[in-house]
Amino acid sequence: MDFGPHLILATLEGAITAAVISLTAVGLSIVFGIMRIVNVAHGEFFMLGAIIAWWVATAVGGHPAVGFVVAILVAPATVGVIAAATDWLVLRRITYDPERTIVATIGLLYIIQQATLMTFGPDARPVEPPFNRRLAIPWVEFGDGGLSLVWPWGLGTTSYKLAVIVAAVVILTALWLVMKRTRLGLIMRATQLDSEMAMAFGIPVTRVYAVVFGLGAGLAALGAVLIVPVQQAHYLMGGDPLLLSFIAVIIGGLGSLPGTLVAAVLIGLSDGIISVFFSPTLAKILATLLVAFVLVFRPEGLFGRRKT
Amino acid sequence: MTAPLLSTRGLSKSFGGLEAVRDVDFDLPEGQIRALIGPNGAGKSTFVGMICGRIPASRGDVRFAGRDITDLAAHRRIGLGMAYSFQITSIFARLSLHENVALAVRRALAQPHPAAVDQRVAAVLDRVGLAGRAYQTAGELSYGHQRLLEIAMGLGQTPRLFILDEPTQGLAESEVETFKALIRTLGGETTILLIEHNMRVVMETAEYITVLDGGRRLAEGTPAEIRADASVQRAYLGSGSP
Amino acid sequence: MSPPAGESPHWPAVGRTPRFRSPLLHAGIILGLIVIHFILPEYHNGNLARIMVLAVYAMGYNILFGYTGLLSLGHALFFAAGMYGLGLPMHLLGATPAPAFLGGLATALVVSAVIGFLALRTSGVAFMIVTLMFAQAGFLTVLLFGEYTRGDEGFVIQQAARQVAGIDLTDPSNRYFAALTLFGVCLLLIAWLVQTPFGRCLVAIRENEERARLLGYDVLAHKLGAVIISGTMSGAAGAAYALLFGYAGATFASVQYSILPLLWVLLGGAGTTIGPFIGTVFMFYLIDLASGVTSAYMLIAGLALVLLTIFAPQGLAGELRRRLMSWLP
Repeated sequence: MDFGPHLILATLEGAITAAVISLTAVGLSIVFGIMRIVNVAHGEFFMLGAIIAWWVATAVGGHPAVGFVVAILVAPATVGVIAAATDWLVLRRITYDPERTIVATIGLLYIIQQATLMTFGPDARPVEPPFNRRLAIPWVEFGDGGLSLVWPWGLGTTSYKLAVIVAAVVILTALWLVMKRTRLGLIMRATQLDSEMAMAFGIPVTRVYAVVFGLGAGLAALGAVLIVPVQQAHYLMGGDPLLLSFIAVIIGGLGSLPGTLVAAVLIGLSDGIISVFFSPTLAKILATLLVAFVLVFRPEGLFGRRKT
Repeated sequence: MTAPLLSTRGLSKSFGGLEAVRDVDFDLPEGQIRALIGPNGAGKSTFVGMICGRIPASRGDVRFAGRDITDLAAHRRIGLGMAYSFQITSIFARLSLHENVALAVRRALAQPHPAAVDQRVAAVLDRVGLAGRAYQTAGELSYGHQRLLEIAMGLGQTPRLFILDEPTQGLAESEVETFKALIRTLGGETTILLIEHNMRVVMETAEYITVLDGGRRLAEGTPAEIRADASVQRAYLGSGSP
Repeated sequence: MSPPAGESPHWPAVGRTPRFRSPLLHAGIILGLIVIHFILPEYHNGNLARIMVLAVYAMGYNILFGYTGLLSLGHALFFAAGMYGLGLPMHLLGATPAPAFLGGLATALVVSAVIGFLALRTSGVAFMIVTLMFAQAGFLTVLLFGEYTRGDEGFVIQQAARQVAGIDLTDPSNRYFAALTLFGVCLLLIAWLVQTPFGRCLVAIRENEERARLLGYDVLAHKLGAVIISGTMSGAAGAAYALLFGYAGATFASVQYSILPLLWVLLGGAGTTIGPFIGTVFMFYLIDLASGVTSAYMLIAGLALVLLTIFAPQGLAGELRRRLMSWLP
């Protein structure tokens, strides 16, 4: 394949990663923004979403679309409830102390991951996509007869992959509407601004925290359900989304949702494109170093404004 | 006349657009007990913050013991012989009183031999009346005792200039009396810059007073002069006060 | 007998450390470890040698976390720096153990100085993430140069190469005493360090950084010193591990190996000299027992982390100090 078609393919794959990372990163960002805590187990909630989707899809059977639809409803909700329960059982009891929360969520990471290993096993398991039409992509070529449309072999995508991108856009728009237009959104924003003041105004802050933690985890799970027909469910699949969402949240400016979103899209796209040119390991090294250096030298994020 | 121990020229600080301290010229001769007074928001804490290096100055310079310290980090300034006692009590709450003061003493002694440190710590604690509690955990002390410990840490540093930021705030009447007595005994040994709201403490301990208002130096003089100053009365006492 | 904390106003809390008790305690532990070698069966002797080396890692971690109050999530980088600093010259260049060990120490020292210089510009949560990211970059670098490091699979250091001054370090008994020597040196070093003015200042920084600064202490320099001592000691453990057990692999650079010392120290008691050892012993045997039952033995580590943060943030030695032995260094 030529360079041009290759790049298109990489961009498309990158767009899918971007879609999934946007959901996961926004989930992490909401939790950080409102509760001021870093959830290291976020990637495991992502993984749980995929695993539960597999359980559900397998249990339902029948046409793949039926199982998938049930899974996309059940998996994020279940993960959200699990997360809210951990918030109630663990984080509330350590009063959301930032450092102790990190230690506790590391513990949580191992618990979820290892419990999955014990029940689901070490294998990667696929979920069938609800629809999966192959779509070829045309390419322009300058040949003997002037410009002509060609259909290079291997240049194509599937209807499902495009649907993932659309779904992510729809979900994020809906989330934006919830945050801006509803009472729940108002309560969350009030809590973010000043939790003590919110408490003084009668907002049940601890309950808001449980909801927010559940919502954040649910978004990660949603991203996982969308990607699992493309990627398969595996008990160690939480690592990469955690790293990539971390990067998005940090270079987007801690706690800023628009910044996180822009960063997630950029990271997703560049992850696809960079891995065409570099070894994936080198790409990851550069990504982790980027996070470290941004935190060291520009803690307000690449897009954030420096406070005076 | 010898050069003052501490002096500032054109010292200013702005936060965003707001000028908290504006062009303050200030001289403090060695050995004096000086009070710095002014209404709330006059810029007193910002001013001493710039002297001891907690807050970087926007303009102007600070000289201490004959050298320009404007660009020096806080810990270096302390090393030159300053001590700062915090307005909001700042002690090592989980350590013993002994260790709290020992941390101050060790930094100040050229040769911190354990025995020498212990001896000096005992002397300092005795001086502020906390000798019997040396091995109690600092956080368990009453508020008044914690304020005393805060001062003991300053004494442990054997400073040439001791800056006390509102030391009597929140103290009971009897504790204020103890404090005044302590300050008077310090007079002969060190230079003191005292930020204080309690006018009785100021009038009874300070030899000289500087008044800040709105970030500017409003007046300077002996307690009697300040008491008689009409502009100070207007600014500081406000309308309605006799 | 001393009353429990809080009851007596003259309770001798931290600060009045009777000067003979602390050396007695540490000498006692070292002596005990010598004696126990001749009592324990072979299997536990092998375990204990490993535990002592890992405890050195935990003690190194404790200098930064327990005494200075800086929570690093990237100490595997320093452990691995020591491990590969010793292992690669031996494996690729045929270096002998003594200079290779110094190489391991030097590598860990340089790496920790650089990381400390960068990461100490941040604090709190940012410090945790920065150290985590640097360590992850280090782990991936080990994989990237798989041609030399043999990545996850790792490489074995041949038995013939592991001889120092005619002593065969592959012999279980020699290995035990080599581990004990390193452990003893590090334990006494820390016991001495924490009662020097430098060590006391680290505790002051942990308790109240701004106050320490305004007592005239150069906080950044002290923190950097703590990172370097902590990182180099962790590196010494890594180098010793490779030398005594003859193996270096990328797992030791992974996130898991950054979390483990945190776990050991939390369990044993942060900011105590003996806590790291206690924590390592407990956790090692707990995981050893669990891995006999299931492959998901890290579940135990996870549960321990969560339960410790909720119920016993002071750890075992911390509780001991609080309840019985206030003088515990």
